[in-house]
Amino acid sequence: MSTHRLSFTLNGTKHELDVAADRLLIDVIREECGATGTKLGCAVGVCGACSVLVDGELLSACLLPAVFADGRRITTVEGLAKDELTPLQDAFIREGGFQCGICTPGQLIAATALLREQPRPDRDAIRTWMMGNLCRCTGYYGIERAIQKASGAGGRSLSGAGGQSPPTVL
Amino acid sequence: MTFDYHEPRSVAEALELLDRYADDAHLIAGGTATVLLMRQGLLRPGHVIGLRAIDELRGIAPTPEGGLRIGAMATHRAVERSPEARIYSPALTDAFASVATVRIRNQATVGGNLAHADPAQDPPPMLSALNAIVSIRSSRGERSLPIDELAVDHFTTSLAHDEIITAVILPPIEPGSRETYLKFLPKTADDYATVSVAATLRFAPDGTIAESRIVLGAVGPTPIRARRVEDALRGQPATRVRDAVELVRDEIDPIDDLRGSAAYKRDMARVWTGRALAQVTR
Repeated sequence: MSTHRLSFTLNGTKHELDVAADRLLIDVIREECGATGTKLGCAVGVCGACSVLVDGELLSACLLPAVFADGRRITTVEGLAKDELTPLQDAFIREGGFQCGICTPGQLIAATALLREQPRPDRDAIRTWMMGNLCRCTGYYGIERAIQKASGAGGRSLSGAGGQSPPTVL
Repeated sequence: MTFDYHEPRSVAEALELLDRYADDAHLIAGGTATVLLMRQGLLRPGHVIGLRAIDELRGIAPTPEGGLRIGAMATHRAVERSPEARIYSPALTDAFASVATVRIRNQATVGGNLAHADPAQDPPPMLSALNAIVSIRSSRGERSLPIDELAVDHFTTSLAHDEIITAVILPPIEPGSRETYLKFLPKTADDYATVSVAATLRFAPDGTIAESRIVLGAVGPTPIRARRVEDALRGQPATRVRDAVELVRDEIDPIDDLRGSAAYKRDMARVWTGRALAQVTR
C-alpha cells in the first residue's frame, strides 16, 4: 500500500499528513484531524450524513478517497460558526430542524452549499437540493422552514438580534 | 483492499502506467463507483491510477462543427450547469441533472460513468440518442467509437485494458430535430430509473418523421436502442406514433428487481416511450 503526503486546510487550519492510499476523507477528518462533527451514515453516498464542502463543492466524504483532498479546502460543520452561529444554524434551532441530531451536520453543510449557490431558493429548489440528506426524525418540515428562514436573513445572524428565543430545552 | 495509488499529470503518463501494470491496474475518475466496488471487494486492483490531475481531460466546449465536446473528467454537475451544454441540448443537461443527488453529481464524471457501464444510469441513453462518439486513447493510438458499441453487458465495456476514455463528442444537432429525456421514478427522486427513455426525432420539411433515435435505460444489460420503433416511426406523421410505441415492449430485456417486475417494466417502457414521443411531437 502506498502512502501519500497530503496538504489541505480543514476549516481554515492547515493539515499535513501521511495517508495510506485506501483511506477515505471521512476517516481522515474524523480520526486524524479529530473533527468528529461529520458523521458516517450509510457509507455508500446516499444518506448525506457525511456531507462536506471541498473547495466549496458539496461532496460525500464517505465516497471521496483522501488523496483527492490534497491541496484542497475542506469545510465541515465545525467550520460554519465563527463567533456566533450562522443564520442557518440559528434557524435550525428556532424552527426545530432536528431531533436526534445525527443528520444535522450534513443537513447544515448541504443547506449552506445551497444558499451559497441560490441565496433565495423556493420550496421546490430546497426540496430538490436537500433530497439527498435523509432525516428519520423531523419529517423534514422543520428543515425546510429553517432553510427558508435563513435564506431571508440576508446573511445576518439571528442570534441575539431580537425575535423569539430558542426553546430552553436546547 | 491494498493498492498503490498513482496520480499522472498527462494522458501519456497515465497510458504508460496502464501499460506497466496491465491487468493489475484500474483507473479512478470521480470515484463514486470505483470506491464502492473496491470496498465491496468486487474490484481488487494492485494499482489505482487517478485521473483527476490531468487537465487535458477536462472542459466542455462547442466543436467547430457546431457539436459539443465533453472532456472525460467533466463532472455530471459541470455538464448540468454548462451554458454551452444547455445551448447544445436542454435534454442533455436534464439527463445529467436527473442523476442521484447534487453530491454525487459533483463527484461523478462523464468518462467514469461510461466506463462503469451500469445499465440503469441516465447519461448513456441520452448520449446515445444524441449519437455520441467516444474518444479513446491507448499507447497504440486513438480511436473514435460510436457510443452504442461501448457498453456490451452489465458493467462491461468493449474498452481494452490499456485504453482511456478521453472525451465524448456530440455531433451538431440537425435542423428540424427535437430531443428529450424522461426518467420514471416511482420510489424516490434520487433513485435509479425503473425505466428511462431518451428520444431524438428529426422531422422532414413536410412534417413527417424523417429519422429517430429512441434509447431506453434500466431495461436491459446495456442501454437499448429501440430500432423497431425507430423503423416504424420513419415516414409517419407526428400524430401517428402509437403503433410504433407498442413495439418497444419486445425490444427490451428487463429483469425483476426492487424497481419493478419485468412485466411492469415492459408496460412502463411502453407508457414512457409514448410520453417521450408526445413531448417531441407536440
